[in-house]
Amino acid sequence: MDFSLSADQREIQALTREFAQTEIEPHAAGWDREHRFPRELYPKLAALGLMGVCVPEEYGGAGADFLSYILVLEELSRADAGVGATVAVHTSACTLPILVFGTDEQRSRFVPPLARGEVLGAFALTEAEAGSDAGSLRTRAEPDRDGWTITGAKQWITNGAHAGTFLLFARTDPETADARGVTAFVLDAAHVRATREEEKLGLNSSSTVNILIEGAHVGRDRVLHEPKRGFAVAMGTLDGGRIGIAAQAVGIAQAAFDTARAYALERRQFGRRIADFQAVQWKLADMATEIEAARMLVYRAAWLRQEGRPHTGPGAQAKLLASEMARRQTAEAIQILGGYGYTKEFPVERYYRDAKITEIYEGTSEVQRLVIARSLLASAGRTLAAR
Amino acid sequence: MRIAVCVKQVPEGAAKRIDPATRRLDRAGEGALNAYDANAVEEALRLKESAGEGEVVLLTMGPARAADAIRKALAMGADRAILVTDDAAAGSDLLATSIALARALEREQPDLVLFGQQAADSDGAVLWGAVADRLRRPLISQVAELTLADGVVTGKRQSEFGYDVIRAPLPAVVAVSDSINEPRYPSLKGIMGAKKKPQETLTLADLGVESDRAGEAGSRTEVLALSEPPSRGESRRIDGDGAAPEAIIAFLAEKRLV
Ligand SMILES: Cc1cc2nc3c(=O)[nH]c(=O)nc-3n(C[C@H](O)[C@H](O)[C@H](O)COP(=O)(O)OP(=O)(O)OC[C@H]3O[C@@H](n4cnc5c(N)ncnc54)[C@H](O)[C@@H]3O)c2cc1C
Repeated sequence: MDFSLSADQREIQALTREFAQTEIEPHAAGWDREHRFPRELYPKLAALGLMGVCVPEEYGGAGADFLSYILVLEELSRADAGVGATVAVHTSACTLPILVFGTDEQRSRFVPPLARGEVLGAFALTEAEAGSDAGSLRTRAEPDRDGWTITGAKQWITNGAHAGTFLLFARTDPETADARGVTAFVLDAAHVRATREEEKLGLNSSSTVNILIEGAHVGRDRVLHEPKRGFAVAMGTLDGGRIGIAAQAVGIAQAAFDTARAYALERRQFGRRIADFQAVQWKLADMATEIEAARMLVYRAAWLRQEGRPHTGPGAQAKLLASEMARRQTAEAIQILGGYGYTKEFPVERYYRDAKITEIYEGTSEVQRLVIARSLLASAGRTLAAR
Repeated sequence: MRIAVCVKQVPEGAAKRIDPATRRLDRAGEGALNAYDANAVEEALRLKESAGEGEVVLLTMGPARAADAIRKALAMGADRAILVTDDAAAGSDLLATSIALARALEREQPDLVLFGQQAADSDGAVLWGAVADRLRRPLISQVAELTLADGVVTGKRQSEFGYDVIRAPLPAVVAVSDSINEPRYPSLKGIMGAKKKPQETLTLADLGVESDRAGEAGSRTEVLALSEPPSRGESRRIDGDGAAPEAIIAFLAEKRLV
């Protein structure tokens, strides 16, 4: 067992940390306050190769491994969780599934502009009536002479107002009301119309919109994977995607810890630094321990994925632990800062608001537990049957 | 055109620790490319890019771990690297270091040798002088603007009363100031490509440096004592309660600074 990062991974982590701390972190509070999507930032990330970290070079990416990508998401989210969300959805939920499920023609057509960051990617699954139960979605795709006509409405689509490529899920079989009637499509910005920008608790530098698809006509070459196999695409995407969200949670919690530690060493009450009170020391000790535990689960899940090993259960475990840890520990960071923590003079209240989303998107904590239980019970069943 | 850039691995972070027993800098922690050297690497890359040809060669002396600092500079875009590493070189002061670096540079015969203004660990800011002297080449230091044309390097540097503009024929040695440029971030492609670039490891014997001219044996610097810097005395804190600007102006006036 070797816990050390490779030289490439360390360099990529150091570069992202340096870039994020100089070019992102100083603006994060402003973007949050103004609810501003920092469009100008993404060409800079693209120039460094951060919009296609784990995409092979032949498809315009940097050719690094999945763990490197996870380190990038952690560092970006440590500076600004909204930027982390934008890059996570762009990469894990749009670029990678096209790479995995696409034909050669689809990969060479859609992936390079995404990996080079010339085009932003989005993932459109959720609808007003279809959240955790995504298989019940109602957006329709009807066959015609040379392709499909798609009609419907999607909700809470990250990057939806800025994306050029959408991985969109629609029902192609009206007879089957569940997941088995769903097909994945690759759409362009011209096929969709962004309507309402959502107002959120946090993650304000990430854009979340509703989109309408109003009888968009697309050719057969826009079907990703096979018709009616869209749910396999969606689930495969979320298997890897949730490792990214877990990394985001670790990054947010790390930022909260950094602030809390620095503050505890400076703030004086009762003639002492508050870091001299055991109550505060124990909080910091618990924070650091839980962050490290979550980080280890996240890195392990990432490693399993890049080794091509089963990672559905481990990824769900990483996301469950990391997101709940981040919610708890960002709250503890506020507690360490006291009243200052509750104000916008310090970033910890933002970390707290941002952390909450990690328990919800790419599968709620309840759904993660479902996934974990399913993988536990399925393998237990197999062991029994083998006896 | 061949540009050599001398770079150093220094302990990461701002806090320096000196081991009271050996009176040497504690180098046990993580290391990183000396930030001042990133300015020299950046300038070399810009010179190469604007010339449209040339080669940027990195040169460092240090423990094997110093390869990490080289990797970052390679990732920024340098073409290849030479690492001088030898157990006998441990504890070299700048005199001993200058011998080894000069020997390596004699082998390479670069048109221009670039240094950063100083190393962030020892803050000597003299090594480039010693190396230039050993190579018997002209030296321009503290260069904030650099141009190359027709075999002549021109360096502009700020002085107390204005600017000095200094010209020197190539081959020459230049130490750049940290205001000369904003070093680029290495790209991921650069990072991934760095390990494929040629990296040569040389011993002191390869360079013909005699063992009594390297390491502690070859060093002439002696640390006699260490002491804490004098305390800054009473400090006063002015809180931002509305009357702060007046309080600060009154303070500055009292010290006759305004
Ligand atoms: C900021 C933001 C960005 C988003 N970005 C995207 C995006 O880019 N693309 C996209 O497609 N979607 C996106 N989403 C949608 C997100 O993935 C969903 O919100 C999420 O899947 C949960 O669905 P829901 O909100 O409808 O909750 P519901 O499914 O209605 O769940 C409500 C509650 O019921 C629980 N619950 C539901 N089913 C079960 C069950 N079987 N067992 C136990 N408990 C259950 C849930 O855990 C939750 O606590 C985004 C959402 C937000 C808030």
